[in-house]
Amino acid sequence: MKLTKEEQDILAGKEGETKAKILQTLVEFGDLFGADKLVPVTTSGHLVTSFGIGLLKPVYRAMDEIINAGLKTPYPFTVDPRPIDYQNVKCGVLDKLIFSKIMYSKQKHYEEQLSKIGLKNKNAFTCTCYLDEVGNTPKFGDVLSWAESSAVVFANSVLGARCNRNSGMLDIFGALIGKVPNFGLLTDEGRKANWIIKLETTHLPEAQILGSAIGMKVMEDVPYVQGLDKFLGTKLNDDVISYLKDFGAATASNGAVGLYHIENLTPEAKKYGEKIINKDAKVYIIDDAELERVYKSYPVMWKKENAKPTLCFIGCPHLSFSQLNKWTEKIEENLSHSGRRKVCVRTVMTAAPDVVAKFKETENFLKLKKFGVNLSSICPLMYTNNPLAGSKPIITNSNKLRTYSKSRYFKDDDIVKIICGVK
Amino acid sequence: MKKFKGRVICKGKYEGECVVSKQGLNTLATFQKSALMNKKKVIGSDQNNKDVYGKNLTGVALILPQTIGSTTGGLVIQTICQMGINPSALLFSEEIDSLAASGVILAKNWENSNIIAIDKLGKEILTEIKTGDIIKVSEDGTVEVVEEK
Repeated sequence: MKLTKEEQDILAGKEGETKAKILQTLVEFGDLFGADKLVPVTTSGHLVTSFGIGLLKPVYRAMDEIINAGLKTPYPFTVDPRPIDYQNVKCGVLDKLIFSKIMYSKQKHYEEQLSKIGLKNKNAFTCTCYLDEVGNTPKFGDVLSWAESSAVVFANSVLGARCNRNSGMLDIFGALIGKVPNFGLLTDEGRKANWIIKLETTHLPEAQILGSAIGMKVMEDVPYVQGLDKFLGTKLNDDVISYLKDFGAATASNGAVGLYHIENLTPEAKKYGEKIINKDAKVYIIDDAELERVYKSYPVMWKKENAKPTLCFIGCPHLSFSQLNKWTEKIEENLSHSGRRKVCVRTVMTAAPDVVAKFKETENFLKLKKFGVNLSSICPLMYTNNPLAGSKPIITNSNKLRTYSKSRYFKDDDIVKIICGVK
Repeated sequence: MKKFKGRVICKGKYEGECVVSKQGLNTLATFQKSALMNKKKVIGSDQNNKDVYGKNLTGVALILPQTIGSTTGGLVIQTICQMGINPSALLFSEEIDSLAASGVILAKNWENSNIIAIDKLGKEILTEIKTGDIIKVSEDGTVEVVEEK
């Protein structure tokens, strides 16, 4: 790739060895994908690595090196959710021991490191940094150095920002240098769709199953979805944004989608229409039967398939404010059907700290509390990533959590019945 | 003799057993369990990938189309390289994806890892080479079967 004089000087070590090594990594990464140059990052970063897992020695060593070199990001950044929240997600003594002493023994140390290089604030821990309440919301055309697959796909697709599916560490490097290699989803050509998804279902599909089906089919390609606007409309309101958030997370974790277009709805599909589809795009038709096939293909990883669930996670990715309200109403309605006052499966709902703070000011928060549901800003994925959780029958409505843990997936309407004891 | 030629990303020589993942390899789901538990060998832990689930992946040549899944993927590759429990070679039938690319470049520049990475080997490699075959990887990006299982 063609480098400016300033970039060449950095590579030559004129601004220190660490900065040179960071830039070298970014340049080599870009060269592999035919990047022609580095382009400026135009807004705040978002990092995927939020967890102080003891064994991630490469991260802590690199962070120390960065801090010692006096490097800091030009914009304050946000980061994925914390892996533990003892206050709202109660743990047994053994779990606590494993979390604090073995799994996440470096959490405090790592958070201190993040603060030193430009972390926004103590509330910056969420995978939904783009929500209004959190405020790390890129504009159309912004160039990002983000990781976290669900956030990258949302920023690209729903906001029209430009970001590649960066890995952890590369996200920090781009945010520190303030530049990223120009290739892939940063280019007009790379944002064109190479799949047409024809949705022929009789009703609005479960976001997480539709996303899963598309992700598994198109892998890292860009899909252009036709027929979803029939159910979602053509405006990006709170409900639609929440749907697309969950849909995108499933495309990214069940496949490797970094950008999707929804006809008549997402900004680039609205702006360019079918001109954004490549001529040789493949076609995938999705009807009710296809979604049922995908749903039934999910393996149950519990030791006993019919075990009674002991924990339920709702909110991976983190719930939006409108979703918290809708879930409260859903639970209220189902509890009235079952005649119970509280949920019968320990249930944790997760949302960004700033969203939780806003929700706590509403009457629905008091209701949710009365129903026995815990509200947290934890990362369910990190919580379930331990040997003890692996043996527990955990249920979720998240296709991402299902993919990365032994949690069992249920559709929204089924999971609410389970936690409310509706027969 | 079955022979394939790809683009060299991180060069090196290897002769030994291979494991073939016909589907995209979910890096986090595959490697996380062994890495988190500080195991001396990686046993594939992705429940959705029968090709690698339960198989030893340390020190083997891993043949795959691309990697998929969470953007922690590159960091996971860097970490298993730092721990010395990585596959000896990652052999991609397609162009390497951005997460795997990050992982091998981070491993090379920050961990002095000698993990081999070759991409664009062609999709036939996924069907013509079988798990358990003995293969030879050369520095020029050639992959050939030495002994079929």
